[in-house]
Amino acid sequence: MASILAVDDSASMRKMVSLTLKSAGYDVEEAVDGVDAFAKAQSRQFDCIVTDVNMPNKDGITLIKDLRLLSNYKFIPMLMLTTESGAEKKQEGKAAGATGWIVKPFNPDQLIKILKKVLG
Amino acid sequence: MSIDMAQFHQVFFEECFEGLEAMESGLLNLDTGDIDSEAINVIFRGAHSIKGGSGTFGFSNVADFTHIMETLLDEMRDGRRQVTQAAIDVLLGSVDCLREMITAIQQEQDVDETRVAEQKSALEVELYGSEASVEPSPVNHSIAMETPVAMSEPAPAQQHEHQGYEIAFTPYLTLLQTGNDPVRMFRELAELGELTASVNVQDIPDFYELNPEACYLAWDLKVAGDIAEDEVNEIFDWVKGDCELEIQSLAAKPVKDPVAHIPAIDAETLSNTPESGISEPAAISPPPVTEDAVNKMAPQKAEPEPAKTVTKSSSTIRVDTAKIDTLINMVGELVITQSMLSLVGEHFAMNKESQLKSGLAQLERHTRELQQSVMNIRMLPISFVFSRFPRLVHDISSKLGKKIELKLVGENTEVDKAVVELINDPLVHLIRNSLDHGIEMPADRIAAGKPETGTIELRAYHRGGHIVIEIIDDGRGLNKDKIKAKAIEKGLIDKHSTLTDKQVFELIFLPGFSTAEQLTDISGRGVGMDVVRKNIQELGGNIEITSELDKGTTISIHLPLTLAILDGQSVAVGDEIYIVPLVSIIESINITEKMLNRVAGKGETFRLRNEYIPIIRMHEIFNVQSAKASQLAEGIIVVVEGQGMRCGLFVDDLLGQQQVVIKSLEANYKRVEGISGATILGDGSVALILDIPGLVRLSNR
Repeated sequence: MASILAVDDSASMRKMVSLTLKSAGYDVEEAVDGVDAFAKAQSRQFDCIVTDVNMPNKDGITLIKDLRLLSNYKFIPMLMLTTESGAEKKQEGKAAGATGWIVKPFNPDQLIKILKKVLG
Repeated sequence: MSIDMAQFHQVFFEECFEGLEAMESGLLNLDTGDIDSEAINVIFRGAHSIKGGSGTFGFSNVADFTHIMETLLDEMRDGRRQVTQAAIDVLLGSVDCLREMITAIQQEQDVDETRVAEQKSALEVELYGSEASVEPSPVNHSIAMETPVAMSEPAPAQQHEHQGYEIAFTPYLTLLQTGNDPVRMFRELAELGELTASVNVQDIPDFYELNPEACYLAWDLKVAGDIAEDEVNEIFDWVKGDCELEIQSLAAKPVKDPVAHIPAIDAETLSNTPESGISEPAAISPPPVTEDAVNKMAPQKAEPEPAKTVTKSSSTIRVDTAKIDTLINMVGELVITQSMLSLVGEHFAMNKESQLKSGLAQLERHTRELQQSVMNIRMLPISFVFSRFPRLVHDISSKLGKKIELKLVGENTEVDKAVVELINDPLVHLIRNSLDHGIEMPADRIAAGKPETGTIELRAYHRGGHIVIEIIDDGRGLNKDKIKAKAIEKGLIDKHSTLTDKQVFELIFLPGFSTAEQLTDISGRGVGMDVVRKNIQELGGNIEITSELDKGTTISIHLPLTLAILDGQSVAVGDEIYIVPLVSIIESINITEKMLNRVAGKGETFRLRNEYIPIIRMHEIFNVQSAKASQLAEGIIVVVEGQGMRCGLFVDDLLGQQQVVIKSLEANYKRVEGISGATILGDGSVALILDIPGLVRLSNR
């Protein structure tokens, strides 16, 4: 069972992502911002990171950048949740090492479909 | 499997209220004018989260509404928009409105649609000026026509049967470092149709040079089946920029003759970005319209294209081949000069001095010419900007019921690409002002003995290293008395101050100034002219107004031809050399003790023609120990102007004027307040280029 770290400062979005993925059979842990996520990612190995971009303390792009520097997260898929207007953010995210993005708003089915793609 | 979204609603509502509270207190604490990006970011994040959540949980009206707020806040955060009291007020009103909306949704009551619509349009006016209300107006044939065409972009692809695609996929070495696994993409392709893949291993280096983390493989993929291009494109969406990708549609069977040319375009659009792919078919496959309509549309149709080229493909540039040829020719000359010089240098004897000198002179000439030719590549005709204005004038004048003719002069004047991109918004604003406030209603014009049709002339020309853009209207002109009265009323000037005409016109550039008695949705929210001036000053230019009552107004914008080179005055402070942008220098003078004026706690000022000008001691601000002059009378005061503020820079000496190539300090070191960049002088030393507005701010602290 693949493990996923879901990072979002918005509780409702975080719950939605986490419950959706749990219902699809993934092992999901939640983090409330980049700092929290970075600590959790170091405490155990996740197979995939799904993170919001705009968050307090540490934003999603910085989180991805920092995680990529860890040897055990070098090739792990990291997806960012972004709004449709965020073409610039997408590029910024890619430069930081993001694998891809999920465009908000999305529904649970789309989320699962994308995660299945990435995790195989 | 289905997830009941309703279970998240309560959490979402609570979060919204929290977010709204944070936004409200953030807005109330926000200072106008000053851009505290972190404070704005907190507000922005509130709007952003509400928007994201409401979109996801199906409250699209909330999402639409917050989207506008978010856009507005985003522009403020980036400094593209000033934080004005008006904007804060609108945002605060929007927070209230949003709170009502969410409460209503929470209690399962109806949302007060009229209130929402009102608040929304207030936001839109704040955001776009009048654009929001202008764009959807029914006169816009071309927009109306274009949207469906652009949206139905995949349609032509589906009109003929694809047999599949041939995909040449060459990942860059770094592909794996973004966590993208080629196998994932192959798996997805295999889901679309029958996939055959052959791998190309020729780029794999020797074992000792092999980096186990790099991707050396390339693939030729063939996927068979009737598949829409979009689906194939989507699979590679995440890796664009991390690989070389060529997707070619396999010989498609055209269904009808008219679309026979489409396969050729497919290949082209696919190798482009998806954005540009959308615009091209739109332009190529015209919808069936009558000839008459085509004729009518022709000038308008031409408009969206250049605009797109400018805004979307900002990283590429279309260059005239003649320019490239000149460049290659120049490089050839340079090589010849170089080989001649090295010949001289190889067996150098004093009798060859004259040869050396002439060689160096040639080198200098060629370098200069080469520099000019390279700069020339970045030059685009100003028509890229001008071409959209006929449409704008047409739409707005018909909306206002005015008759206006727009004349464009000097459209082929060339200007730096960066200037082209950034000058658009200020020009739109100025033209709107002329349309709305400048030109009178037809009846008024006839009564004033003027032709019924007003004229606005948009003119561009070169003058001494600058490009000048003028907007000339024959409207009612600026009413000086009214402007003064307004400025007094707003407390911007003293009641008894005497101002020259020029100073009076300057007033309209002050933040929060608006003369229109009645605010219209075309212009006149008082958030414009100060922003316009700021934008133009950021480009290193300036803006001036001359106006005669009942005769008309002329607005002149002076801009540097390029942003990469700057005309500078070098000044010495001790051993340091600083570059002052020539455009910001008003004069340089020696002052005497008599002119000085010291105010306790307020620093030093000096009196120049009835004006007190603060003095900035450069050696103190930049902590230059070696400064020669410490008494103000010993050095030189360079009077500069930045963002409407004048001040005197106290330096040791003036050195000379020269063109300097601007190097970014941020890219090479870090941002320093009061410094806009650096340059390398003839002797190889580095000189810092002063950022005058920044310096003024710095000294005010």
